Amino acid sequence: MSDMPPAIARLAAVTLRYGAVSALQDINIALPAGRMVGLIGPDGVGKSSLLALVAGARKIQSGTVEVFGGDLASRRFRSQVQPRIAYMPQGLGKNLYPTLSVAENVDAFGRLFGQGRAERASRIDELLAATGLLPFRDRPAAKLSGGMKQKLGLCCALVHDPDLLILDEPTTGVDPLSRRQFWELIDNIRARRPGMSVLVATAYMEEAERFDWLVAMDAGRIVGTGTAAELKAASGSTTLEQAFIQLLPEQRRREHQALVIPPRAADGNGWAIDAEGLTQRFGDFTAVDNVSFSIGKGEIFGFLGSNGCGKTTTMKMLTGLLPPTSGSARLFGQVVDAGNIETRRQVGYMSQGFSLYGELSVLQNLDLHARLFHLPAARIAPRIRELCQRFGLEPYADMPAAGLPLGIRQRLSLAVAVVHEPKLLILDEPTSGVDPVARDQFWALLIELSREQGVTIFISTHFMNEAERCDRISLMHAGRVLASDTPAALRQASGADTLEAAFIRYLEQAADVPRSETVAEPAPVVRNTSHAKAPAFSLSRLLGITWRESLELMRDPIRLAFALIGSVLLMFVLGFGISMDVEDLRFAVLDRDQSPESRDYIQNIAGSRYFSQQPALLDSAELERRMASGELSLALEIPPGYGRDLRLGRHPEIAAWVDGALPFRGETARGYMQGLHLQYISDLVTEVTGDRPQLLPTDIASRYRYNQDFRSIYAMVPAVIPMLLIFIPAILMALGVVREKELGSITNLYVTPVTRLEFLLGKQLPYVAVAMFSFLLLLLQAVFVFDVPVKGSMLALSCGTLLYVTVTTGIGLLTSTFVRTQIAALFGTALLTMLPTIQFSGLTTPVGSLEHGAYWIGQAFPASYYLVLSRGIFTKALGFADLLPQFLALLLFIPLLTAAAVARLPKQEG
Amino acid sequence: MRRSLDNIYRLGLKELRSLWADKVLLVLIVWAFTGAIYAAAKGVSQELHNAPVAVVDEDRSPLSQRLIGALTKPYFKPAQHIELPQMDRMLDHGQVTFAIVIPANFQQDLNAGHRPTIQLNIDATSMSQSFIGAGYIRSIFVAELNEYLTGKRESGDAPIRLATRVRYNPNLIGYWFGGVMEVINIVTMLTVILVGAAFIREREHGTLEHLLAMPLAPFEIMLAKIWANGLIVLAGTTLSLLGVVQGLLQVPIAGSVPLFLGGAALYLFSAASIGIFLGTLARSMPQFGLLFMLTIIPLQMLSGGVTPRESMPLFVQDIMLVAPTTYFVRLAQGTLYRGAGLETVWPDLLAIIAIGAVFFALALQRFRRAVTQTQV
Repeated sequence: MSDMPPAIARLAAVTLRYGAVSALQDINIALPAGRMVGLIGPDGVGKSSLLALVAGARKIQSGTVEVFGGDLASRRFRSQVQPRIAYMPQGLGKNLYPTLSVAENVDAFGRLFGQGRAERASRIDELLAATGLLPFRDRPAAKLSGGMKQKLGLCCALVHDPDLLILDEPTTGVDPLSRRQFWELIDNIRARRPGMSVLVATAYMEEAERFDWLVAMDAGRIVGTGTAAELKAASGSTTLEQAFIQLLPEQRRREHQALVIPPRAADGNGWAIDAEGLTQRFGDFTAVDNVSFSIGKGEIFGFLGSNGCGKTTTMKMLTGLLPPTSGSARLFGQVVDAGNIETRRQVGYMSQGFSLYGELSVLQNLDLHARLFHLPAARIAPRIRELCQRFGLEPYADMPAAGLPLGIRQRLSLAVAVVHEPKLLILDEPTSGVDPVARDQFWALLIELSREQGVTIFISTHFMNEAERCDRISLMHAGRVLASDTPAALRQASGADTLEAAFIRYLEQAADVPRSETVAEPAPVVRNTSHAKAPAFSLSRLLGITWRESLELMRDPIRLAFALIGSVLLMFVLGFGISMDVEDLRFAVLDRDQSPESRDYIQNIAGSRYFSQQPALLDSAELERRMASGELSLALEIPPGYGRDLRLGRHPEIAAWVDGALPFRGETARGYMQGLHLQYISDLVTEVTGDRPQLLPTDIASRYRYNQDFRSIYAMVPAVIPMLLIFIPAILMALGVVREKELGSITNLYVTPVTRLEFLLGKQLPYVAVAMFSFLLLLLQAVFVFDVPVKGSMLALSCGTLLYVTVTTGIGLLTSTFVRTQIAALFGTALLTMLPTIQFSGLTTPVGSLEHGAYWIGQAFPASYYLVLSRGIFTKALGFADLLPQFLALLLFIPLLTAAAVARLPKQEG
Repeated sequence: MRRSLDNIYRLGLKELRSLWADKVLLVLIVWAFTGAIYAAAKGVSQELHNAPVAVVDEDRSPLSQRLIGALTKPYFKPAQHIELPQMDRMLDHGQVTFAIVIPANFQQDLNAGHRPTIQLNIDATSMSQSFIGAGYIRSIFVAELNEYLTGKRESGDAPIRLATRVRYNPNLIGYWFGGVMEVINIVTMLTVILVGAAFIREREHGTLEHLLAMPLAPFEIMLAKIWANGLIVLAGTTLSLLGVVQGLLQVPIAGSVPLFLGGAALYLFSAASIGIFLGTLARSMPQFGLLFMLTIIPLQMLSGGVTPRESMPLFVQDIMLVAPTTYFVRLAQGTLYRGAGLETVWPDLLAIIAIGAVFFALALQRFRRAVTQTQV
C-alpha cells in the first residue's frame, strides 16, 4: 500500500473479550492519518470496542495499540497524547451532562483540559456559533433533540482542538436532516483543519459512501478494507449494503435471500386502524401533535422518523397503554380504551427494545404468552411447535432468552407477538441494532404474515431501505406527521430520487425547523494550540469538576431534598425512636383486700411518673388475658387480709407480675417497682416510728454525670448526628460517582487529562459542603426542637464535623469504586455503614464493652471517634484539648481513604 | 373471574421462575432469614454485658477488695484500678461507664458504725448500661456488705414483702426479643424491596408495558407479584422462626405458630402493596432506594419493635397507627411471647388488612400511569 499516508493508529494482534464473549479477535490494521476513516458493520461486531481502544478509554487486553506513534498501554504516554485526542462515545449525548445547559456543557469540558476563563468563553461562543447551537445556549442538554445533542457532543469534543477525532455512531437515531447537517459540519471542520484525522463508526451504509477509507467489520473481525468504490468493485455490487453482505463469511451469506414483496391484493373493506387527531402532552411538552392516519386491513404501514419524534408514543396510544390527551383511535371500528380487554386480544405488540423475560427460555416465554392469551390447552403445544419451526427457533428452544443473539431475540419477540394469531401487529423499531442479514430474514416473516395471512402490520423504523418496503409510510418529525403516502409517491411529490432526500425536503419545508439549526458556518477558528504536556496535578481541573458537580447537584431536587430533608426527618424518627426512657408503663391491680392500706399502696405506685394506672382487675383470668394482650406491663395482686396482716406485723406478700416480652422494658419496670416498694416501706416505717430506717450500713452516692435528668434524648441526639452524617453523605457521594459510570460520562475521566485524584477530590468537595449544611440543620434541630444544648466548644464541634464528613464522603468514594450500578451503590453503602455505626461504634453499647472482632471493628471505624467527640462536646462540655486523640484519628482516615479510592478507580474501562 | 385467577396464577409462576433464576438474590434471601437473624439476635443486646468499670480504691482494705472483686463477668469487665485524677478523663472519653470511689479508711469507718460513703459515678450518656448497671452495682454491694456484717446476703425482714415474677421471659434474655423482632424487620424489608424493586426493574425493561398491552388487568399483575413474592418471604419466615429462633436460639414460643404465620401472610400483602406504591412514586431505581430508606427506617424504629410504643411522644404513636408494622409487631409479641389467641389479636388482623387494602388501591390507581408515562 504505497499510496497510504502514514498511520495515525496501528493495531497489532489485538484481541478483546468481555467475560466469555469475544469482542475483537486478532485485529491487525493500520489506520491512515489525515483521513476520514469509517468503521462499518451492524451493532455488536466490535466497532465500538475498537474505537474505545484507540481513544485510550478501554484497557488493552492483548496485542498492541499505537496512536501517534506511541504505545497506548503506557500510562505516561496516554496522559501525553490525551490532549490531542477527542472521543465521542456511542449513544445520543452519552458523555454530556443532561441537567447542564449547552454552554455549561462545553464549559465543563474546557475545564477538564484546564483552560482559563477567557479561553473557554471565546471557544464556547465560536463552537456554538459554528454548530448553530448559539440560540439554545441556555437550554439543558436533556431537552435537546437528538441531532442537537450530537452537535453539542461535537462542540465538547472539539473544545481542545484535537488532532484525532473519534466518533462512535454519531448519527444513529438522528433525523436525516440533522444527519446531513452533521456531516456537513464535519466536512467544514476538516476543511479548516486538514491535518485532523477522523475515525467514525456507523451502521448506516449510505453514510459510509462519503468516507475516505472504510473498514468493514463482522463478528469481531475485519472482513474488508478500502475505499467505498474499491469495496463495491471487489464484490461486484452496486450498493455498500450489498457489498457488505458479500464480504460476510460463506455460511452467513447463504442465509440471506433477496427480498421479494408480492403486491398487496387491494381490498377496500374497512380500516384496521383509524386514528383521528391523536395528541399526547406530558406536562408542557407535546410528544404527539394532532396525528391522523388510517391503515387498511392487510397493509404494511411504516412510521419513519428519528428518535424522540413521537413514533413510540403514537404506538402506545394505539395499544391503549397511554390514553391520548385528545383525539381518538379506532381498531377495527372499536374505540381504543385502556379498560377494553377485547380489542387487545386482536393486537400483537412488540415494544422498542427487548421486553420479554430474559431469564425464561424460548419455550417458556411462548408458553406463558399462549396461556395469558388463553389459547385452548390443546392448541398450545401445536401452536408453539408451529411457531418455533416457522421462525427458526428450534435450535434455541431451551435457551434463556437473554443469552440469544439480537436477531434471534427479535424473531422470538415477533413469535410471541403473533402467538394468539392477532389481526394487527404493532411493531416499534423491531430491527434496531440487527445486522442486515437478520433484518432481511425478519422482513421475510413480516411479508409472509401480511400477504399470506392478511395481518395488518404497523411498523416504525429509522432505516430508509425498510421504509421502502412498506405499502405506505408516514414521515414523522417533532410529534407531527409531515407527509403520508406510498414511498414512490412521496419521492415523486418532492422531486427527490431517494426517500432520504424526500424526507429532508419535507423537513426543510416544515415550519418548525429553526433556521439556526440549518446553518453551519463559520467553522471554528483554528488556533495554534501547542498541546503542551498537561500538568500532573491541576487545581483548576479539580475545581472545574467541583463546579460541574455542584451545578448538577443543585439541579437534581430529589437528591438534594433527600440529603437535607431526609436527614432532618430521620433525626426526628431516631431521636424519638431510640428512646431508652421508660415512662407511663401501664399497670393494673387485682386488689383482693380493698382496704385503706391496700389503696394506699396502690396510690404510691400510681403516683409515680413511671407507671400509669389502668382499670382495676377483677379476677386472675382477666389478669392473664390483659397481660397476654400486651396491654399491661405490670400487674399487682394484693392478697385478701393485706391490711389486717400489715397491722398485725405478719409480713403480707404482694405479688408483682412483670411483662418480660420486651426484656429492656421488663428490666426497667422491675427496677422501678422494687425501688417504689422500698421507698414505700421506708416512708411507712418513718411514719410509724418517726425514724428513717437504715437499710444499709453505708451510703452509695450515685452521681449521674453529664445527664442529670437521665433523659435519653440528651444521650441520643449527639449520637444520632454521627449516624446521619455517615449514611446520607456516604450514599450521596457513592451515587454521585456511580451515576457517571451508569450514564456514561465517566468516559470523560478516561479520555481527558483529568487525573483520578482531581476527579475524586473535585467530586467530593460539593458533598462535603452539603453534609456541612445538613449538619447545621441537625444542630439547629437539636438545640431548638429537642432542647439539647451544646455545652462545649462550638468551634471544636464544627471542625470535628468537617473532618468527619470528609471521612464519610471518603467512604462513599471508596464504595463507589467497588460497584457498577446506582442501586448497588445505594444498598452497598447502606450495608457497609449501617451495621458498624449502629452496632460497633458505641451508639448503644460502649466500644469498651465489645469483645473480639466487634471491638476492633469499632476501633477501626471513624464513627466511633466522632461519637466520642460529639457526645463529649454536646454533653460533657469538652473542647479541642480534651479530644485531641479523636481529632487525630479522624485526620488520619482522610488520606487513607483517598489513597485507597484512587488506587481502586481505574483510569480506563475494562 | 376464572380467567383472572388463571392469569394471576400464571404470572405468579413466572415471578417464581424469575426469582429462581436470580441465584444471588436467593442466597441473599436465605442469608437474611438465617445468618442475619442469628447475628442480629446474638450480636448486640441491651442487657448489661461487659460494662467497663474503673475503681479508685483509696482504702485498699480486704473489704474494699472484696467489693471490687464482686463485680464480675458477664455483667462487668474486670475493674480497672485508677487514681482519682484520671477518673474524669476516662469518663469524658467514654472509656468507662462507671467509676467507683471507695474512700480511705472505709472498712475501719464501717466497723465503727460511721456510715462511710461510696461514690458511684455513672456516665449517663451511655443509656442502656448506666441505669441497669447502677442498680446491679448497688445491689451487689448491698449483698456483699450484708454478708460481711451479718453473714447473710439478705437484709432484715421488711414489713411488706414483694414477690416479683417476670412473665413470658423470666430471665429477661435479650435475644428472645431481638430474634423475633429481627424476623419482622427482615420480612418488612425484603417484601418492600422485592416487590418494589421488581416493579421498577420490569418497568425499566419494558416488560410491564408489554404485559399491559396484553389482555391483562393491572390488578392481576399486582396480585401475581404479591402472591409469588409473599410465598417466598412466608417460607423464609417459617424457616427462620422454626429453624433459627426456636431451633438454634432455643427461644420458647408460647403461642400458636400458625396464627402468627397467618398474620404474617396478611402483613405481607400490606407490605407488598406499600412496595408497589413506592415503586409507582419513584421514577428510577435510585429514587426508589432513597424512598425506601426513608420509609423503612421509621417502620422499623417506631413500630414498637425496638423500643416500646408508650415511651414515644403521643403524636409519633398516632402517626404510626397508619403503619401496618405497628399492628404486626403487636400481633407477633402477643402470639409468640404471651400466647395470645385469635380472640385477642383479631383487631390487629383487621387493621393490617384494611391498611393493606388502602395501599393496594392507591398503587392500583397509579399503576397504569406509572408504567406508561415515566419512560426515560
